Amino acid sequence: MTLEVRGLTIRIGDRTVVDDVSFTVPDGGRFGLIGGSGSGKSLTVLAILGLLPDGADATGSVLLDGVELLGAPERRLARVRGSRIGTVFQDPQTALNPLRTIGRQLAEPLRLRGRLTRTATRAEAVRLAGLVRLPDPGRVVDAYPHQLSGGQRQRVAIGIALALSPGLLLADEPTTALDVTTQAEVLGLFDRLVADAGASLVFVTHDLAVLAGITREVLVLSEGRAVERGPVAQVLAAPQHPVTAALVAAARATSFGAGEGS
Amino acid sequence: MIPGWAREVLRRPAGVFGAVVIALLVAAAIVSVFWTPRDPFAADPFQRWLGPSAAHPFGTDGVGRDILSYVLAATRTTVLVAALSSVVAALVGLVLAAIAALGPRWVREPLAVLIDVLIAFPVLLIAIMLSAVLGSSLGTVIAAVGIGFGVNIARVSRGEIRRVARAGYVLAARASGLGPVRTLLDHVLPNIAPVFIVQLSLSAGVAVLSEAGLSFLGYGAPPSRPSWGRLLSDLQDYVTVHPLTVVWPGLAITLSVLAFNLFGDALREATDPRLRSRRRIAR
Repeated sequence: MTLEVRGLTIRIGDRTVVDDVSFTVPDGGRFGLIGGSGSGKSLTVLAILGLLPDGADATGSVLLDGVELLGAPERRLARVRGSRIGTVFQDPQTALNPLRTIGRQLAEPLRLRGRLTRTATRAEAVRLAGLVRLPDPGRVVDAYPHQLSGGQRQRVAIGIALALSPGLLLADEPTTALDVTTQAEVLGLFDRLVADAGASLVFVTHDLAVLAGITREVLVLSEGRAVERGPVAQVLAAPQHPVTAALVAAARATSFGAGEGS
Repeated sequence: MIPGWAREVLRRPAGVFGAVVIALLVAAAIVSVFWTPRDPFAADPFQRWLGPSAAHPFGTDGVGRDILSYVLAATRTTVLVAALSSVVAALVGLVLAAIAALGPRWVREPLAVLIDVLIAFPVLLIAIMLSAVLGSSLGTVIAAVGIGFGVNIARVSRGEIRRVARAGYVLAARASGLGPVRTLLDHVLPNIAPVFIVQLSLSAGVAVLSEAGLSFLGYGAPPSRPSWGRLLSDLQDYVTVHPLTVVWPGLAITLSVLAFNLFGDALREATDPRLRSRRRIAR
């Protein structure tokens, strides 16, 4: 699915938090958004989904396969969310409803769209649990979120995002809250699943080293402005903007330059 | 088949105590409609101030009424007021809280202030003002406790709704295509339920206490309705001479309030899977 963001500007009150950001993700393509906290990267994701918080106002254009999403009626957006755009958010601690079993949450998008029988829903949940490599899928669907580790929870979140095989995936720092080993595992899984699904991907992070293994193209955001864009390898090798340089330095410091090879 | 949460409630001593006392209250209320050991209103001038005996287990009062029968008959009033005012409080609280937490800014902010102002009025004061205007009846008590405590519930629930509405799973639910109303019903409300349930059981306790207090002061149940509070006020002039008589209605009030509070606590623990089991799935 093609995603085209043109001149996206987000204002909260009279403050401009995202300023004239444009990028295009071709069908099946991958795109990285990178920036520190407060750079507007998460708001960009929310604007694409039409889920900006109260008081935030977006102008510009968000085209999904040529269809305008920005300012589209809520009913149409609700149909797009989940079925055509899957989203994985940052914090696995709160990404799942603590009162519902894993299986119920994995199958939620499916229950929302189709009328599946109880057994079919459960089978689908077990399949998704297996897809994201949760241990013992037949049993884990009956567990509650607090019984899972952070990495496992994030796998569940990925499973939910993939449940309806959306053509576009948005990942907002999906591995940031995980420890380094788990991060690598979840990232590898995510990478493979997105490739298998043939979905387009927007990957948001503050960590260039993480991005290097996932996308080729990157856009660097700083205080709501696009300050640099290009292939990840090139940005890593020769950052042009001081903000990018700082991100590159941070990536080298945390991963000892592990991302350079790609 | 007992549902899981009920089994969890009954696993706790507080839950058992609360459930047993509330069950006894309800049973007594129903039975007293058809049968009491004696007529709770029948005065007998030859049987005044009798101590406990086989004929009158709780003794008799100053006009010779059987206290046990009267206390049993008054259970009706208690159960009715507790149940109805909790329903009113729950509705008032939930609707106010949802609007004050999630409504458009120009509605929710004034409403939040209004809730804070209303909290300043004690339930008893609201009830006395209402009965001054509308006359004293059980309806007035129910409305007063329902509104008075509903506002309390609204304030606590508003904060909870706002907290839960910010949680990742609410955003995630919206991102997977769930509408705002369904998200509220499916994800937000169940997650404020533990707090809500405790508030509700507190409100049932407050209702029992308010009804007794108002009837004691003469603003609550009309004379045709037996009430623990009215019995206490009838007996209070003789408390130094016949101290045992006031024990029965006093005990009934105390046990009921305690039961509602303890039951609420047990229910809160039972409905929250995080408090239920801590085992993890092996990696």
